[in-house]
Amino acid sequence: MSTGSDGRVWLGTPAFPKAARTALTDTQLRRNLRHATSTIRAKRLQAVEELTDFEALREAGSALKRRTARHLDRYLEQLERSVTDAGGTVHWAADAAEANQIVTRLVRATGEREVVKVKSMATQEIGLNEALAEAGITAYETDLAELIVQLGEDRPSHILVPAIHRNRAEIRDIFQREMGAWGRAAPRDLDDGLESLTEAARQHLREKFLTARVAVSGANFAAADTGTVVVVESEGNGRMCLTLPETLITVMGIEKVVPRFTDLEVFLQLLPRSSTGERMNPYTSTWTGVVAGDGPQAFHLVLLDNGRTDVLKDTVGRQALACIRCSACLNVCPVYERTGGHSYGSVYPGPIGAVLTPQLVGVGQAASLPFASTLCGACYDACPVKINIPEVLTHLRAEVVEGGRQGLRPPTAEAVAMKAAAAVLNSPRLWRMAQRAAAVGGGVVGRGGRVRRLPGPLRGWSNARDTAVPPRESFRDWWRKNREGGG
Amino acid sequence: MSSRRTVLGRIRAALADVPRDETPDQVGVVRDYLRSHAGHDVVGLFVERVADYGATVVRCAPDEAAGAVAAALERHGARRVIVPEGFPAGLLPDGDWGWVRDDPPLGVTELDAAEGTLTTAAVAIAVTGTVVLDAGPGQGRRALTLVPDYHLCVVHADRIVPDVPDALGGLDPRRPLTFVSGPSATSDIELERVEGVHGPRTLDVIVVESRGAGA
Repeated sequence: MSTGSDGRVWLGTPAFPKAARTALTDTQLRRNLRHATSTIRAKRLQAVEELTDFEALREAGSALKRRTARHLDRYLEQLERSVTDAGGTVHWAADAAEANQIVTRLVRATGEREVVKVKSMATQEIGLNEALAEAGITAYETDLAELIVQLGEDRPSHILVPAIHRNRAEIRDIFQREMGAWGRAAPRDLDDGLESLTEAARQHLREKFLTARVAVSGANFAAADTGTVVVVESEGNGRMCLTLPETLITVMGIEKVVPRFTDLEVFLQLLPRSSTGERMNPYTSTWTGVVAGDGPQAFHLVLLDNGRTDVLKDTVGRQALACIRCSACLNVCPVYERTGGHSYGSVYPGPIGAVLTPQLVGVGQAASLPFASTLCGACYDACPVKINIPEVLTHLRAEVVEGGRQGLRPPTAEAVAMKAAAAVLNSPRLWRMAQRAAAVGGGVVGRGGRVRRLPGPLRGWSNARDTAVPPRESFRDWWRKNREGGG
Repeated sequence: MSSRRTVLGRIRAALADVPRDETPDQVGVVRDYLRSHAGHDVVGLFVERVADYGATVVRCAPDEAAGAVAAALERHGARRVIVPEGFPAGLLPDGDWGWVRDDPPLGVTELDAAEGTLTTAAVAIAVTGTVVLDAGPGQGRRALTLVPDYHLCVVHADRIVPDVPDALGGLDPRRPLTFVSGPSATSDIELERVEGVHGPRTLDVIVVESRGAGA
């Protein structure tokens, strides 16, 4: 992971097509993914079908997010006032580097060298753990999947279940190999039963929870009217981090604010059912500033921009900011199911990542991601806040092509091909010649009625799709022979 | 320029398409979703939904409540049990119990050594099988129901609301709230649910109903 000169973080991985090609050859990964996504799809469907008015809830969720986005400045200022009135401190971070500096400074001020962390997409996005490590501060991930990822020196591959690409045997090996270096070691005779692995994680993290004095969290929602921050979780590691330490630092994307506390009645129905397929997740914690005698006595809320205002600027793309990180779109996506999350090269994988990442870092930095989709629309159907992902994808595709035409990047093979195609299609003579050439070429290249791989600059097109073999005789030629000449 | 001004300035510039005189209320939010997905038997639904999470639920009359508490604690083998301030004395069974008080506040080691915690709830939600704690009387600060491995929660039937909207409407957001839906769980390994990670691994719920009200 690296921080660019603009202070934003971008994962230095190969572009999607290359990374996906590698991932597709990993049969273990594909088996793990297929099992996991099909399991969760079935659970989600059941949980959603139980609510006859789920469409109305989606509509309300979408509208609430639209209202928030269109008046974001106002709601953030209101949130700042509410949190401050309740005894919290609000910080503003324009980019990743600034957010990391703020958190590092706050941790240093406590004199502590260790922090416990609740799973948080925002802190992954800004590379907080790495920044803290550079400052000599160790961050312990406490979500089970994040722990697996951290111990395995791996990267998360799913928003909800970051270690979805690992199976139980792999996890047992990681625990046995790595736990000792971070704290309490795994039992020597650890087997790969789910209960045994979970128990090992519980024992390993317990001493961290009971001694930690500083915690870092993300936030699922924050109500502007009351200053109430919400964390939705399952394991209780969130509660541990939000309750036991003396200082709590929450890093929250500016788009997470919602107008009113009671608006949570919509989101707390949409999120668990869309995410884990449960009626309600095991634990949801809310807190408003600090409360004497209960929980952290110092609370800092870091409001993070880091490209979000660029997303907001785009009237089509801004709907991506409505995302509540449920990951339903990942689980229904045929592309994600086959390539996994790492191929997207971002902490935000899958369909939402394909629209969010290029907007956060600039389309020029992630030009292949808007194309990492078949536009089947399953993501739109599954999205609990009705983000029209296919619409944003096509919008961004146009921007990528447009960016190439304006010389922002060297012209792509696609742009050259489209330009050539335009010339050919505009001239009947050139079109005739092209068709004949294709018919001849088709006889050479075609196997089983498909062209699998095209030569030269067209390879990029044929890498990801088979092309129908051109007919031996074009309709124009047939007409000329049988009707005009012969008739 | 401070980052606060930078970020707010960027937001205002990004929203150039929003008419200056538009108010948030003008961005319509249609709330024609149901206020409740529960049927008539709210208590019955709550009991069923809590049990779905793998928690044990018992229904009883007020004069049976203390006995139900004793039975649950005995079943779990818990004697050194934390009882928060304000927990109704009438719900405590007689006998030789090691009730632990949080006064002065217990340290984490003492919390960790306790065998369980006995609380009431601020609100309960039938459709989602959730108990909501607000750190009020009978519930105590959040750590009490978090560190010990066993949580026994006594819910009065009149605290059970049908669904999520009613629950949020009746809670005070200034209090720290914990929504508990079954024991702690994870699906992080192969998406298979395992109960009991960091929070209490066992959750028992006792629903107390006045005669003639529910069953």
